[in-house]
Amino acid sequence: MSSNQNETGTRTGVRTVEFVKALDSRAPGGPIEQRWDKHRFEMKLVNPANRRRYSVIVVGSGLAGSAAAATLGEQGYNVKCFCYQDSPRRAHSIAAQGGINAAKNYRNDGDSIFRLFYDTVKGGDFRARESNVYRLAQVSLNIIDQCVAQGVPFAREYGGYLDNRSFGGAQVSRTFYARGQTGQQLLLGAYQALCRQIAAGTVQMYPRTEMLDLVVIDGRARGIITRDMVTGKVERHVADAVVLATGGYGNVFYLSTNAKGCNTTAIWRAHRRGAFFGNPCFTQIHPTCIPVTGDHQSKLTLMSESLRNDGRIWVPKRPGDTRDPRQIPESERDYYLEERYPAFGNLVPRDVASRNAKQVCDEGRGVGPGGLGVYLDFADAIKRLGRQKIAERYGNLFDMYAQITGENPYETPMRIYPAIHYTMGGLWVDYNLMSTIPGLFVAGEANFSDHGANRLGASALMQGLADGYFVLPYTIANFLAGVKPGGLSTDTPEFAEAEAEVTSRVQRLLSINGHRTVDSFHRELGKIMWDECGMARNDAGLRRALKRIPELREEFWQNVKVPGESGDLNQELEKAGRVADFLELGELMCVDALHRTESCGGHFREESQTEDGEAKRDDEHFAYVAAWEFTGDPGRAELHKEPLVFEYVKPTQRSYK
Amino acid sequence: MRLTLKVWRQKNRNTPGEFRTYHTEHASPDMSFLEMLDVVNQELILKGEEPIAFDHDCREGICGMCSLMINGIAHGPKQAVTTCQLHMRSFKDGDTITVEPWRAGAFPIIKDLVTDRSSFDRIIQAGGYISASTGSAPDGNTIPVAKVDADKAMDAAACIGCGACVAACPNGSAMLFTAAKAAHLSFLPQGQTERYQRAINMVTQHDEEGFGNCTNIGECAVVCPKEISLDTIARLNRDLVVAALKGLAPSTGVSEAKAG
Repeated sequence: MSSNQNETGTRTGVRTVEFVKALDSRAPGGPIEQRWDKHRFEMKLVNPANRRRYSVIVVGSGLAGSAAAATLGEQGYNVKCFCYQDSPRRAHSIAAQGGINAAKNYRNDGDSIFRLFYDTVKGGDFRARESNVYRLAQVSLNIIDQCVAQGVPFAREYGGYLDNRSFGGAQVSRTFYARGQTGQQLLLGAYQALCRQIAAGTVQMYPRTEMLDLVVIDGRARGIITRDMVTGKVERHVADAVVLATGGYGNVFYLSTNAKGCNTTAIWRAHRRGAFFGNPCFTQIHPTCIPVTGDHQSKLTLMSESLRNDGRIWVPKRPGDTRDPRQIPESERDYYLEERYPAFGNLVPRDVASRNAKQVCDEGRGVGPGGLGVYLDFADAIKRLGRQKIAERYGNLFDMYAQITGENPYETPMRIYPAIHYTMGGLWVDYNLMSTIPGLFVAGEANFSDHGANRLGASALMQGLADGYFVLPYTIANFLAGVKPGGLSTDTPEFAEAEAEVTSRVQRLLSINGHRTVDSFHRELGKIMWDECGMARNDAGLRRALKRIPELREEFWQNVKVPGESGDLNQELEKAGRVADFLELGELMCVDALHRTESCGGHFREESQTEDGEAKRDDEHFAYVAAWEFTGDPGRAELHKEPLVFEYVKPTQRSYK
Repeated sequence: MRLTLKVWRQKNRNTPGEFRTYHTEHASPDMSFLEMLDVVNQELILKGEEPIAFDHDCREGICGMCSLMINGIAHGPKQAVTTCQLHMRSFKDGDTITVEPWRAGAFPIIKDLVTDRSSFDRIIQAGGYISASTGSAPDGNTIPVAKVDADKAMDAAACIGCGACVAACPNGSAMLFTAAKAAHLSFLPQGQTERYQRAINMVTQHDEEGFGNCTNIGECAVVCPKEISLDTIARLNRDLVVAALKGLAPSTGVSEAKAG
């Protein structure tokens, strides 16, 4: 690592950083199409007979976690897998609807590994690492094969071959899908593979168990501290390597499309133990969610963006127009995406669609309760294709919408509004998916990932399974081959200290007995984050948030009310621990958003836009991954930079005009 | 909306439970059923009482974590909907609503409305998979699947493993769950090799977990939020007959499959 003075820190006046250090991605050189093959050959192997002597902890049982645990079990390692749900099959990967990308080119329409790589780097607004993205595109082929062999019921054509569709504005049909529940079917495939290993005894499963700390010994990740959510028992687990596959942290916004239990605790605790946090402010906002109905709202529901293939998005031209949408004549409607982006129309990428929706609502032209919504209208499509065809394509989504809103989308336009959906940021990892703590690997949405500043549709499932099935099994073997197996008990000062910290934190939360519920703090944090670090960010707002979040955190630790006891199933206690960590992470996200004075992908800094209001990158100053080191206070994290070099995809201003 | 709730409260598996009555005036027709419970819980916490424990996660009808017998019906009065997607507009101002956990011997109560459904995991561990280790697969298109079969497999695979079928069944049988899982794989060419062994292994585990037998009552299919068909059970029974004719016995080790 090399150090130099950090100019951005002084220029923005963020109270953060004195020095920056350059990080080594350990990405191999040479022609990009040979890098992974060459690297695989150069990595060390563990003899099959020796594998059972090595133990690996996998935290999380979504696509990345289940796939990794199952595959490592098949290879003969001793695996322990943990999840907070009552069954590994329920991890939130299950909720993904649309599909999974793969460069199979079954449609003969010009797709290739290089094109998927190119689209992903460009779609990520040039803030991802080329070597990783290329590998992702390569192994996308193996993923589909593996899933078919497991019995994932992908959609088929009449000839029996795999069906594909175009998704999220891609110009080729490379998305494989299983009705509107691709995530569930892929997860069941990985879960069933995991179950097979549990029965075989290679994987020991710990459901309803939450990781509350990471144990680092001599600079290496050696274990975790967990709490059994049913008995409250705090336990130590030791291993030769630890994998975090615990998903994203979108719930820092309180309202998001994430499951209620999704949290940052595992990665945040690892961050506090020395793992750098990459691009924390890169969050994705999905344009087609069902709008909020009131203060009671507990989560947001996404509807597949495939709806944008046939639905037309509009708002009234006149602000404050509250007429029934069917009474508003064509001439008084503003089909703003078709107008502004004639080439892509309603199919512009997610960040562009979301920002435009916010803009028209800010102008007072939003529809529905609170004016936070835009119409997604199928009247033309029904006229053109008939109601039956639309029902075939979107029937389940229309039913879901009707169920939640009580309105019939065949008769009246849907109302949609953007919502937090995915976090591109996460723990920084090198090419081997290893964090800055040796022996700690991070996979899926939990790492800072291959999606740069914006993720393309149908790419999250691809990345989770790529990491779990086809990357980690190689790179973990390489790591394990370099260390002696076992030889450590949980009876060390480091384990004892970590366990004592966890226990005292639990007791502290229970003893405050203040006047505000956990949820009320969470909602307030979420509102700060949504207002100041959401779809658009600016200097003044981020500074407001940076002042407000530490105050709120302080109040939380003085005034939160957590009923019940620790030796019992206590859902308020679980939530309290998670919200305490969100209250730290939120501050780091704002620090990161403030320091990055450019706009890129989902990170829109109002100060940095083109003349026509599009996100304007600043490659000269910001072509790097921001990796933050914990220094004891999230507001004073230390910035490290991994410079991004683009050898194959030349950075250009994204344009969807 | 003003509501009266009669909710099953039980401290843990070994302590007897009872119904307790709660009133709320802060429900709204736009809330989901679980959001209404959130409101009640916030009120309880501020009053210094313990909130009602209930399972939930995705709140969009796909993870299968939420449950609840609502006025005696699994997932409440609306068909093809999970509790998290049931909205209060399905109830009237002034209603009294009874809320209970899943009731089944194989789903012991953990606390209040939370039950232990790990028996489902053990049924899958007993054989509810295709043995295809990572890396061994041929190209996806070398195994064509007739669209009609793929669609039927998908219909069965839509099961979210919530356990409503068990809760609704007077026998406490999990045959609809087990049959859906088996049918998903038995409709596909990839699933043929292990088809009959899988059937006998899963059903043996089902019985060992203490689930009752199926007597074709059909309540399970009525409450199933994913509308899994009873036909899957007929198909599984046929596979069991074939397994018997082939002289297959449950493979060893099934009952020792590790607790999930």
